[in-house]
Amino acid sequence: MSKLTKSTVRDSLSVAITVGTYGVAFGAASVAAGFSVVQSCLFSLFTFTGASQFAAVGVVASGGAAAGAIAAATMLGTRNALYGIQMAPLLQVKGVRRVLAAHLTIDESTGVALTQAPRGVAAMREGFWITGTGVFLFWNVFTLLGALGAKALGNPASWGLDAAVPAAFLGLLWPRLRSNFLRVVAASSMVFAMLVTPWLPAGLPIIATTVVAVVLGWRAR
Amino acid sequence: MSSMMMWIVLVATCTLCFAIKLLGYLVPEPWLSNPRLQRINALIPISLLSALVVAQGVVVRTHVVIDHRLAGLAVALAALFAKAPFPVVVVAAAATSALVYHLH
Repeated sequence: MSKLTKSTVRDSLSVAITVGTYGVAFGAASVAAGFSVVQSCLFSLFTFTGASQFAAVGVVASGGAAAGAIAAATMLGTRNALYGIQMAPLLQVKGVRRVLAAHLTIDESTGVALTQAPRGVAAMREGFWITGTGVFLFWNVFTLLGALGAKALGNPASWGLDAAVPAAFLGLLWPRLRSNFLRVVAASSMVFAMLVTPWLPAGLPIIATTVVAVVLGWRAR
Repeated sequence: MSSMMMWIVLVATCTLCFAIKLLGYLVPEPWLSNPRLQRINALIPISLLSALVVAQGVVVRTHVVIDHRLAGLAVALAALFAKAPFPVVVVAAAATSALVYHLH
């Protein structure tokens, strides 16, 4: 293995292992929301985009309707299409490999691929595939462990699982708040969600909050 | 939610999230490169995750409720400020919340 390849592999695997462990939180959240262990694993195998999965089970846990859960997950997944647009010309994939590449297109695989740019296109491709596959493996193994663990624990509140879920959302949100404007968006969204909660059916305030994103993102700043 | 509806949530979420990923490899670039669409799209995860923190942390059905979960969230926030890694944040929140839950 060349020195170049080694650093790409190291970057990819360190991201894959770190992110994969979030799968424990997802597996636990999913079971706490009432999904079975098998359903939780199916989410991670076939949705394979963390924030969307958390959103779907989050809306279900808060008593929302199916349509709300699906809409929240889908809207959170739209950024993956933008990643695909960036990755398509780099990967040059067709057929089955294109389907595989699409499934592995998430924050982390795209992020590692783009940071490999100074090492050349080959390193970018390698970064994408190794990170994508690595996160996929760890994410799914840890989802199973989290789901089995939550199942064994029983009453979610007794073990703090009901607080672990919002804490996981906060942990996913935190690294995205890279500017004051983005912090204002987050704070406004939280206040908005609390204000509309008594007036809307359960689960709907989550989707309604995208209004804040639309209003604040409408004008260039 | 009935078990049938939960299966619908699962299958629809899997299908739509994959379809969106594939779309990125199929559509011509200019379609999704409108700057306004990109700006809004970048903010949507922040709004949704913020709303999910509220919905899961301080809401029961259609009421804002302050309970043991808020203690857990406060500790999570402190851990994030201290640059703690993700698993530490989640476990600290769970432990605090469980402690407050049992003290009551």
